[in-house]
Amino acid sequence: MMLDVYYTLPIALSSFFGISAMVLGALLPRNRSNFVLPYSVGGLGIVFLWAALLWGRNGTAFNGMVLTGMFPSFFDMLFSAAGILVMLAARPYLQRMNWEFDEFYVLVQFAVSGMILMAHANHLLIVFIGIEIMSISFYVLAAYMRNQILSVESGFKYFLLGAFSTGFLLYGMALIYGATGSMEYTSIRAAVSYGSKMPMLLLAGTGLIIVGLCFKVAAFPFHVWAPDVYQGAPTVVSAFMSTGGKAAAFAAFIQLGSAIIPNGGPDGAKMTMLLACISAASMLVGNISACAQRNVKRMLAYSSVAQAGYMLMGIISGSGRGTSGLMFYLAAYMFTQIGAFVLASTLESEYGKNLEFADYGGLAKRHPLLAGVMALFMFTLVGLPPFAVFFGKYYLFTAAIEAGFTWLAIVGAIASVISAYFYLGLIVAMYFRPYEGADTPSVAQPGMSGVTLTIAVLGILLLGFLPNVVMRLTGSGM
Amino acid sequence: MLLATLITPLVGALALLLVSRDAKKALQISAFAVSLVAFAFGLATFLSFDYTNPALQMITNQRWIPSLDAGFRVGVDGMSVLFFFLTTLTMPVAILLGSTTIKEQEKEFYSLMLLLEFGILGIFAATDTFLFYVFFELILIPMYFLIGVWGGAGRIHAALKFFIYTMFGSMIMLVGLIWLGLYAQETTGHFTTNMALLREIAPTIPFDTQKWIFAAFMLAFCIKVPLFPVHTWLPEVQSESPVVGTVVVGAVLFKIGIYGLIRFGLELFPAASFEYAKVMCALGAIAVVYGAMAAIVQTDIRRIASFALVSSLGTMVMGVFSMTAEGIQGAIIQTFNHGLSVTGLFLCLGMMTDRRGSTSLEDFGGAAKVMPVFAVFFAISLFSLVGLPGLNGFIGEYLLLLGTFRSPFLNSWAFAIVGATTGMFVAIYMLRLYQKTCLGEHSSPDAASLTDISAREIAMLLPVTILIVWIGIYPSTFMRVSEESTRALVGKLELAKFGKTSYAASVNKLRQAEAEQATARSEAHKAAGH
Repeated sequence: MMLDVYYTLPIALSSFFGISAMVLGALLPRNRSNFVLPYSVGGLGIVFLWAALLWGRNGTAFNGMVLTGMFPSFFDMLFSAAGILVMLAARPYLQRMNWEFDEFYVLVQFAVSGMILMAHANHLLIVFIGIEIMSISFYVLAAYMRNQILSVESGFKYFLLGAFSTGFLLYGMALIYGATGSMEYTSIRAAVSYGSKMPMLLLAGTGLIIVGLCFKVAAFPFHVWAPDVYQGAPTVVSAFMSTGGKAAAFAAFIQLGSAIIPNGGPDGAKMTMLLACISAASMLVGNISACAQRNVKRMLAYSSVAQAGYMLMGIISGSGRGTSGLMFYLAAYMFTQIGAFVLASTLESEYGKNLEFADYGGLAKRHPLLAGVMALFMFTLVGLPPFAVFFGKYYLFTAAIEAGFTWLAIVGAIASVISAYFYLGLIVAMYFRPYEGADTPSVAQPGMSGVTLTIAVLGILLLGFLPNVVMRLTGSGM
Repeated sequence: MLLATLITPLVGALALLLVSRDAKKALQISAFAVSLVAFAFGLATFLSFDYTNPALQMITNQRWIPSLDAGFRVGVDGMSVLFFFLTTLTMPVAILLGSTTIKEQEKEFYSLMLLLEFGILGIFAATDTFLFYVFFELILIPMYFLIGVWGGAGRIHAALKFFIYTMFGSMIMLVGLIWLGLYAQETTGHFTTNMALLREIAPTIPFDTQKWIFAAFMLAFCIKVPLFPVHTWLPEVQSESPVVGTVVVGAVLFKIGIYGLIRFGLELFPAASFEYAKVMCALGAIAVVYGAMAAIVQTDIRRIASFALVSSLGTMVMGVFSMTAEGIQGAIIQTFNHGLSVTGLFLCLGMMTDRRGSTSLEDFGGAAKVMPVFAVFFAISLFSLVGLPGLNGFIGEYLLLLGTFRSPFLNSWAFAIVGATTGMFVAIYMLRLYQKTCLGEHSSPDAASLTDISAREIAMLLPVTILIVWIGIYPSTFMRVSEESTRALVGKLELAKFGKTSYAASVNKLRQAEAEQATARSEAHKAAGH
C-alpha cells in the first residue's frame, strides 16, 4: 500500500499543490498572484522531477487500477512541463489584459492533475474521472475572460459539446462493462481478444468510446468545436488545451485503444480501418480548412485537427513503434504549438486583437528575433527536418507503413504539402509583406513568456538534433 | 577534408549571425572568405581523392539515431566528389555576384547563401538516406527566403510554388525511403537507412513493387531537375528570383536532380530503370524540343535562359538513362558545363540589367559598340551553351549524344536524333539573344552611353571563362575523376541486364573495395560492442 502511494505520487502531488495553492491564495491578503504563480510552478516542477524519478518501474498499483512506470511518467513530465510553460507565459498576457487572478494558475494545476490521472488510468472509472477533472478545468479556463464575449462563447460552446461527448464516452463505458463484466483494462483486453467475433454490445461500446475520444483529440468529424473554442479562449489557454489536452486524450487513447481494439481479427481490422479513415479525413479536412483562415489562432486550431490525424497513425499501427512514435510526436508538438500560441499572445495587445495574418506583416523588420522564432515554429509544424516534428512524422509514417497502411502515409504526405501553404502563409506575411493591419502595429511585450519561448526553441532543437534522447525514453519501441 | 568542406559553410552561416547588421563590408568579405575557404577544402578533397578507386572514400560513419540505424554517414565516390567540388567552386562566384546586386538585408542574405551551400554539399556527401533527406529538405528554407525576400514582383507566388512543388516530390519520396527501410527490415531483420546496405538490398525488391518505389523517387528528382512535365516552377522561379537566385537555381540546384537520378534511380532500382528508361528518355526528348521552342518565343532574357535549361536538362536525363558510361559521364560534366555557362551568362546579364534596369530584350541592342570587352565575355558564355567545339559545352553534348546513340538499353537511334536537334535550336535562340543585345543599333539613346565593364566585373567573369575554355580543351582533369565510378556502375547495370560487360575490371575493383569496407565496418562494430 505504501509502495502504491509512492509509485503514484505524481497524481497526489499535483492535486495537493493545486488545492494548497488555492487555499494559501485565499489566505493571503493581497498580491496573491505573486505568491501563487511561483508556488504553482514550483509544485509542477516537483511533479516533473518526481515523475522522472519513478522512471522504469513499470507495473500497476491499487489493485491494477493505476498504471505506473515509463508510460505514465513520460506523460506526467509532458503535462507538468506544458503547465509550467503556459503559466510562465500567462503572467504577462493576463497582466496586459488586466485580468490576472490566482485562480488561473490553480485551474491550470487542476487540469494537469486531471491529465496525469488520465495517463495513469488502467481502469475505465479512473480515466473518466481524469477526463472530467481536465475538461471542467478547461471549460472554466476557456471562459476565464468573463468580460469578453468571445471567451464566454468559447467556454459555453466547449462545455455543451464536451458534455455531449462525455455522454458518448460514459455510455460506451457502460456498454463495455456490460459486455465484458469488468472495467479494468487488463480484463477487458483479455475478454476482447478472447472471442474471434465481438458481440454487438461490445462493438457498440467500442464505437461510442472511439467517438468520445475522437472528440477530445479534435479529430474529424468531431472537430467542429476546436476552431471556435481555440479562437475565443485566452491565447495561453488555447496553447494549453491544444497541446496538454490533446496529449492527455492520446495518452488515454493509447491505453484504452489497446484494450478495446482487438489486435487482428475481422473486427479489429474493421476498427483500424475506421480509425484510418478518420485519420486521413482529419489530415485533409484540417489542413484544407486551415488554408482558408486569415486568423492565426483559427489557423493553428485547424492545423491541430490535422495534427490529430497524423497522431492517430500511431494508434492505428498498434505497434510499439507506433506508440513510441506518437509519444515523441506529442512531445515535439507540445513545444512547437505552445511556442506558436504563446508568441501570438505576446503580440496580442488587446483581447482578440492583432491576430490576423495582416497584423503580422513586416514583423521581420519590427521584431526580427520574434519573427525568426515564429518562422522556426512554422517550419517545424510543416515537418521540415531537422526540427522535432519531422522525426515524429518519420516514426509515425514508418509505423503506418509497417502496419500495411501505406496509403495512409501517402495521404499524410500529401496533407503535409497542403499544410505548407498556410504555415508558409504566415512566414510570407512576416517576411515578404509590409504591415497591412488596421492601426499602428502592436509592440511585442514578451516579458516572462520569453522564458517559455526559449524553452520551446531549445526543445525543438534538442528533439530535432538528438531525437534519440527522447526515443530512448519512450521505450525504444522502434 | 570532406567534413571540413561540409562544415565550413555551416559555421560561417552561424558566425555571420553574430556580425553586426550595419557592418556591410565586413559581412560581404567574411561571407566571401568563408566560401573561399570551403572552396579550398573542396579543392583539397578533390585533389586527395583517389580516382582509380570506384568505391566510396573519405567515409565518416557516426551513430546518430540507432533505433532507425540512421547515422551521420558521409563519403564520396567519383561521381559525387565531382558534384561536390563543383558546388564549392560555384558558390564564391554566386556570393560575389550577390555582393553587387543585393542591397538590403545583407546579413540574412549571406547567412542563407552559406546555409544553402551547406545543404547542397550535404546532399552530395550523404551516404545515408535519412541524412540525405534532411539535407534535401534543408535547402528549401534558404531557397524560399532567397526568392521571397529579394525577388521581383511575383516573388511571393514564385517562392510558394517552388516550395510546394519541391515538397510534394520530397514527401512522396519520404514514403518511398521509409518503405525501403522497412523492406530492409523484412529481409535482414534491421530497419536501416544506410545506403551501402540499401544498395545491396534494393535491387532485390520484386519488380511489381520496385516500380512504385522507383516512381516515388523519380517524381521527387524529376521535379528537382526539373523534367517535363513537372518543370513549370522553373521559368517562374528563374524570372522572379534575384539574379543570384537565378544563378543558384541554374548553376547548382538542378545538379541535385541529375545526381539523384543516378544515385537513387540507377543504383537502387536497376530493374525498374531498364523498364522505364525509354519513358524517361522520351520525356527528356519532349523536354528538349519543347524547352527549345518555348525559349525561341520568349522576350525576357531570364525566361529564355530558363527554357534553355529545361531543354538542356532533357538531354542530360537522356544521357543518364542511356545507362552507358559515356552518357552518364556526359550528364555529369554537362551539369557543370551548363552551370558554368549559365553563371557566365547571368553575370553578364546582371551587369547589363544593372546598366539598363530591365531584363526585356527590347531594351537592349548595340552593346558591342560601347562595351567591347563585355561583348567578348558574353559571346564566350553563349557559344559554350551553343556547343561550339573548343568550349566546354561541346564535350558534354558530344558524350551525351554518343551515349544515347550507343546505348544497349535504349537500343534506338531516335532519342539521339531528337537530342541532336538541341544543338540546332540552341543556336537559334542564343544567337538571337546575342544579336539583340550586342549587335545592331541602339534601341534608345541611353544605350549609347553605357560604360564598359569594370576590373571587378572582369575579375568575376575571368575564372568562369577560364574554366569554360579549360574543359573545352582538356576535360580529363574533371572527367577522369568520375570515370571509374561510372564504369563500375554501368558495369553492374550491364551485368544485371545482359550478363556481360566490358567494364568487368571496374566492377571487380568496386566489389573488392566494398567488401573491404564491409569487413572494416563489422570489425569496428565488434570493437565498439566489446
